[in-house]
Amino acid sequence: MDYFIELLFGGLTRGSIYALIALGYTMVYGIIGLINFAHGEIYMIGAFTSFIVATVLSIYGFPLLAIVVIAALAAAVWSSAYGVTIEKIAYRPLRHAPRLSPLISAIGMSIFLQNYVLLAQTSDFLSFPALIPEFAFMEPVAHIVGSSDLVILVTTALVMLALTVLIKFTRIGKAMRATSQDRTMAMLVGINVDRVISATFVIGSALAAIGGMLIASHIGQINFYIGFIAGIKAFTAAVLGGIGSIPGAVLGSLVLGLTESFATGYVSSDYEDVFAFSLLVLILIFKPSGLLGKAETKKV
Amino acid sequence: MFPVKELKRSLFVSIWFAFLTFPIMVIKVDSIERIVTWRWNNMIFIAIGSFVLSILVKVYFVRKERRAASKKAQTVLTEPFVHRILREPRFLYPLCLACLAFALLFPHLFSTYQTNIMTTALMYVVLGLGLNIVVGVAGLLDLGYVAFYAVGAYSYALLNMHFGLGFWVVLPIGGLLAAFVGILLGFPVLRLRGDYLAIVTLGFGEIIRLVLENWNDFSQGPSGISNISRPGFFGMDLSFAASINYIYYLVVGLVIFTIFVVNRLQNSRLGRAWLALREDEIACQAMGIDKTKTKLMAFSLGAFWAGLVGVIFATKTTFVNPASFTFLESAIILSIVVLGGMGSIVGVILGALALILLPEYLRALSEYRMLAFGAILVIMMIFKPEGLISNVRRRYRFKQQPSSESE
Repeated sequence: MDYFIELLFGGLTRGSIYALIALGYTMVYGIIGLINFAHGEIYMIGAFTSFIVATVLSIYGFPLLAIVVIAALAAAVWSSAYGVTIEKIAYRPLRHAPRLSPLISAIGMSIFLQNYVLLAQTSDFLSFPALIPEFAFMEPVAHIVGSSDLVILVTTALVMLALTVLIKFTRIGKAMRATSQDRTMAMLVGINVDRVISATFVIGSALAAIGGMLIASHIGQINFYIGFIAGIKAFTAAVLGGIGSIPGAVLGSLVLGLTESFATGYVSSDYEDVFAFSLLVLILIFKPSGLLGKAETKKV
Repeated sequence: MFPVKELKRSLFVSIWFAFLTFPIMVIKVDSIERIVTWRWNNMIFIAIGSFVLSILVKVYFVRKERRAASKKAQTVLTEPFVHRILREPRFLYPLCLACLAFALLFPHLFSTYQTNIMTTALMYVVLGLGLNIVVGVAGLLDLGYVAFYAVGAYSYALLNMHFGLGFWVVLPIGGLLAAFVGILLGFPVLRLRGDYLAIVTLGFGEIIRLVLENWNDFSQGPSGISNISRPGFFGMDLSFAASINYIYYLVVGLVIFTIFVVNRLQNSRLGRAWLALREDEIACQAMGIDKTKTKLMAFSLGAFWAGLVGVIFATKTTFVNPASFTFLESAIILSIVVLGGMGSIVGVILGALALILLPEYLRALSEYRMLAFGAILVIMMIFKPEGLISNVRRRYRFKQQPSSESE
């Protein structure tokens, strides 16, 4: 039973991280209809930024709480800056190009960013400092659920709540929903669509950066390649839930995280990534609209 | 030419990039020794570089606008220079002969090392031409192309190891197996739209690699299969140098064969169906083209070439392991097709030679190879989506008869 609960929480933790990344995919797809292939790299850059900032601060002797807060803020700020810049450089000029052009451009951007970090930093695995302390009150259950699992779950829940409030009740959230429904019409009623798209990239990138920092602190090591696999898996989660749908992305991520956790726990850990990819292929073949997505009918 | 406003803008761009790259380019930490290295000179390079680049881009767009304004009246499609030459038999035949002669003499003019590099480049030419059928002509973005390459390589490695089959027997088998896998993959995914198709093929490529890596009994896992025999030459034992030359000539033969087939395909009924499919699926179906069959043909024909090259790869290196078949390999082949010009055969050949040979000869730059590939994909899409040498459609003109019956 303990093993089952351990796997359950392991799956939920994974799922929460996927959710933080998948939200970026699904929001961008909902608004400009593009698979932002470079999103996994944003997450990787978030992990690297928080690693660098946290290490520098700890060398200069800051207290742990200050390190965590500043590193998280720095990761969010720089990742958002990267997200907005990528959109300006690689996607905006291609907004009216044929469908495949922005996708190829996104793939190029992803390869570029990976190698940029590889060249500027290192190709080795870096050991990430443990930013989350072991809480005393978690002691009795520590063999099943770690403190970092708890922190990840709580943080994700809070972030989701904030995001829901933002989308449902603020001006920019309303503008985002309008833009994703009909971009031309949104322009006609006076919404600055460019600004809405930038805001989407900022929010999505910041979420991914927080996810990157949490998972890096949970697993304890990072390298320049982590974004690729995480990006594909989060994309799988977004498609599973129905791409473009925000609750769908969260649901899909949790389902994917649990599937992976149980499959590796009870079947085999060698094929961890194969499960995710097979799931992706199967969903796209049998239910491309996902769990919560609307099936699109194309009119000619 | 340069108003102050533009300079201010460029200054802003350079400050932005200096800020953007600050944590990753400037700070380098060693968490074990607890040392922080500040590399401020990187920041200066980035600032100056982005300043200059932003001005250049601005100039480019201003010029482009001016040209567009002045040429609005005459929108004559000018064929690219290379195609104009190739259209003329007067230039075409001597040029082909010269290329052929150079290719045949190459191993005698240069060292074994150079021949080896050239062999690799020519293998990429074939891979590029194969992927060009799928991406360039039929418009199906395939990000898992390397999977078919792996199928070819592993089919030779395994058949050679278990049954001792020779190169010439496996060459067609490898190609056909890859084509078969292409059909297997093609069947379920053909209903998907462009970008979903790209992701599924990417997932498929990764699945093949992960299976090869983890299924130890079948493929010997990450350590791979070594001691694959080189191709035989009428039962003779060739020396090392001779066998390299032999493989080189083999690949040259394969390139010529590929160019011939791909060229014939492009103007065939099937080739035109692919073009139509790329442009508009629905209109294409309305014209009575069998969508499924046409797409499957593109997939399996593209995979066939990858399988052939895979077999040659296995015999050339005498060693295969899953690390040779990562997503980056697919990305390199895709860059070749995109850089050369999607759909254009000459373009793809030049693209492959440029992308594979340049990093080999500019050793200092080879570290930046993948960085450049990524940048090429983005830059080509923004500035020249049709590639270095854009493909020119065959045009059929309706000649007005100088008749008098219209009156």
